[in-house]
Amino acid sequence: MPASQNKIIVVENLVKKFGNFIANDHLSFDVSKGEIFGFLGANGAGKTTAMKILCGLSHPTSGKVTVAGYDIYTQTEKIKRSIGYMSQKFSLYEDLTVYENFRFYGGIYGLSRSEIHSQTEILLSQLDLSDYKNRVIKTLPLGWKQKLAFSVAIIHKPAIVFLDEPTGGVDPITRRQFWDLIYKNAYQGLTVFITTHYMDEAEYCNRLSIMVDGKIKALDTPAALKNRFGCATMQEVFLELARN
Amino acid sequence: MIQISNIEKRFGEVTALNKVSLSVPRGELFGLIGPDGAGKTTLFRIISSLMIPDAGEAKVAGLDVVKDYVAIRRLVGYMPGRFSLYQDLSVLENLSFFASIFKTTIDENYDLIRDIYVQIEPFKHRPAGKLSGGMKQKLALCCALVHKPELLILDEPTTGVDAVSRIEFWDILRRLKDLGITIIVSTPYMDEASLCERIALIQEGRLMSIDTPEVVAGSFPHSLFAVKTNNFFLLLNHLREWKEALSAYSFGEYVHFTPGTEQITERAICDFLKEKGHTEIQVNKTKPTVEDSFMSLMLKKQNQNAS
Amino acid sequence: MKAFIKKELFHIFRDYRTMLILFGMPVVQVLIFGYAITNEIKDAKVAILDQSGDVLSSRFVSKLTASGYFEVDRTLDHPSQIEPAFREGRVKQVIVIPSGFGTDFGLQKQVTIQILGDASDPNTANMLKTYTMAILNDFQMQELGKQSLPVDVKVEPLMFYNPELKGVYMFVPGTMAIILMLVSAMMTSISIAREKELGTMEVLLVSPLRPWQIIIGKVIPYVALSFINALLILSLGWFVFGVPIIGSKGFLLIEVLLFIIMSLSLGIFISTISPTQQVAMLLSMFALMLPTILLSGFIFPVENMPTVLQWLSNLMPSRWFIIIVRDIMLKGSGIAYLWKETMIIFGMTLFFIGLSIVNFKLRLD
Repeated sequence: MPASQNKIIVVENLVKKFGNFIANDHLSFDVSKGEIFGFLGANGAGKTTAMKILCGLSHPTSGKVTVAGYDIYTQTEKIKRSIGYMSQKFSLYEDLTVYENFRFYGGIYGLSRSEIHSQTEILLSQLDLSDYKNRVIKTLPLGWKQKLAFSVAIIHKPAIVFLDEPTGGVDPITRRQFWDLIYKNAYQGLTVFITTHYMDEAEYCNRLSIMVDGKIKALDTPAALKNRFGCATMQEVFLELARN
Repeated sequence: MIQISNIEKRFGEVTALNKVSLSVPRGELFGLIGPDGAGKTTLFRIISSLMIPDAGEAKVAGLDVVKDYVAIRRLVGYMPGRFSLYQDLSVLENLSFFASIFKTTIDENYDLIRDIYVQIEPFKHRPAGKLSGGMKQKLALCCALVHKPELLILDEPTTGVDAVSRIEFWDILRRLKDLGITIIVSTPYMDEASLCERIALIQEGRLMSIDTPEVVAGSFPHSLFAVKTNNFFLLLNHLREWKEALSAYSFGEYVHFTPGTEQITERAICDFLKEKGHTEIQVNKTKPTVEDSFMSLMLKKQNQNAS
Repeated sequence: MKAFIKKELFHIFRDYRTMLILFGMPVVQVLIFGYAITNEIKDAKVAILDQSGDVLSSRFVSKLTASGYFEVDRTLDHPSQIEPAFREGRVKQVIVIPSGFGTDFGLQKQVTIQILGDASDPNTANMLKTYTMAILNDFQMQELGKQSLPVDVKVEPLMFYNPELKGVYMFVPGTMAIILMLVSAMMTSISIAREKELGTMEVLLVSPLRPWQIIIGKVIPYVALSFINALLILSLGWFVFGVPIIGSKGFLLIEVLLFIIMSLSLGIFISTISPTQQVAMLLSMFALMLPTILLSGFIFPVENMPTVLQWLSNLMPSRWFIIIVRDIMLKGSGIAYLWKETMIIFGMTLFFIGLSIVNFKLRLD
């Protein structure tokens, strides 16, 4: 199998301009299947813009991008079917039950009734929340909601899941349980594309890209990055890069 | 400066604050640390006289938050959790508006905000809604400071803000503290705890611990090891499944491992991991952090609730 | 306070959509009501079945056409042609003049002229009937002088004060009520609710500003804008449609100001009970706009409503405002005639201000 077939996201010279403002300046990177890819950067560095493009919500000004083997310009509908998305803001419908949320999102992606049912069983048992299937979301603790939101985002078995600051404001134990969930799914072949402001979480990624002012300033494994900049923690690497 | 005793607040079925007592002396930089929904915002709203507690007493500068709310509102600078400026007004317009509702001007207290304001001054004609996250927080801080409050109440000022802006923000807070302003600040980021003089850990409406960050971290009741091997995911699983384990949590590139008994040494852990097929094993005794303490207190409470 | 008003004006002027609604809508509404949905009748097609065929009947027919409201589409020879004429759809009304019309009229005997309307469009039919009767009445006066009336004709006050029967006159007060209600109540309630939603209300509350200062600061810009709007509507009526203002202009403006303040206090009350802009918007729409349009007598005459709705319409501030404006503009009435309506609006203002004060929260609970 040629190496390129293992690449699930390929970005070459991606440029996105808003008027004179260059939000993404010649980004090039790729993400392998099953990888946990950390996408870091200061506020306003262009992360959200790039993420929108990869999700097929926005067209780049120039550059070549393929996601799950589909072209970002012409096959956005196919891309949308092969990705899952979750953010801190996007969450579940508070006044529906757990199962109703799964059914709704499963329905959006055209899953059959039996598929929805079996996927829900699998995902809930993975969270140890099978007993809470008929509970209304708003009665559940925040940490559970975040984990459920993640499960809903992968109900249609996407190849890639995009997580936009999924752990913001969550307590430290739940935050780690959330990462256990990410690890478990990545181990089973799910590709995870994640942004976070917690620098300790950056260390959990297989590889990291750090964006500064629309450009990718560094891209490597956390260990290699710390080595290169002679820093003990990712926090220091990040500060080093963002300040200069 | 702040005296709180046995404050309780309920919203319907939910108990947001459960017998909270706390005192903050004048001039302190005090941190309230806990996840979303722990009750931080409710507590701050009570202190700033925006909410009435169901039970208990709260005083700010000797003034009762229920009876003397008019006087309290003059000496408090409050920055709510959500970005609470007028998005369609420019930086300068926002600032002068907030100055004028406190019957002052930007020039009058310019000394206080100068250090912060110069950083956002280049964008002073830009609508506040179009600023980046870090800039917005700085502007909101300027607005809360413009009337020279004695007490600054900051509700999650750094949430969603990137690591660089967060560090800059804390630098500013320390400088304000040196000017004699009492500051209470809440945050869900445990690593910011060490930047406060004293902290309170809050979870589900209860204060779990109040002390200096060093003491809170040091109160971690077990020995703690930082462990690292070639396979992080398997390492976590293996340590958790081990019969000697109390807890194993990821901490950056290491796993923080707490054994169930004090007899377990670096050596024993090493041997166990070798047996499981790990290579590049590193095991070191390590100093607990505030986050370790927080998690151990959380677990203790969960166990109490369960039993 | 000055800063507050300035800030509020910034909000309004920066949001071009608000501006468009604020100033575009009055113009559009007045023009729409003025031109498109006026109830004014012009060259309505009628058929005449003249069984008399004498000098007097033809004089009556020519008087009818000379009015400009009617155009004789055809003359019929036999009653059996009436229904086919209506069926075709062109003819809206048939006037049957009985045989011996001129003779009987001269003898001052009871004369019955039959007016047949196409009631598939009841509004038009009704109106045509009224117009015809008015012309007939006029005709009698002309022919007989001040003698006794052989034909039983009811005269609507509408025609008395609006002799040319121009529909647009009626719409100026109505449109003004709607616009002022919308701008004042809806805009203020939304803008206060927006502060709650954005969290800026928290900051305002912890400031030393007193609640009444916050409210007055929010309200003053809208008083000014609403007043400008009222002037805009009045001048549109005047210049485009030639609607006169017979009564005192000063008195009219004072009444307008009173109504604006009433609407604002209603808007403040709405904002005290709505947590978000959306709720404020829906409340203003359904609680204010629809009743204003439907129950105030603006479109449907209050007299024709079922009793229950008549009671309800008494609760509509706009009902009283429309009476006031109509009477000042078209009848030239003064405070001597309108004190009752004025007091009602004044009372409503006090009521809503009171409710708002009770409801306005110093805190967030």
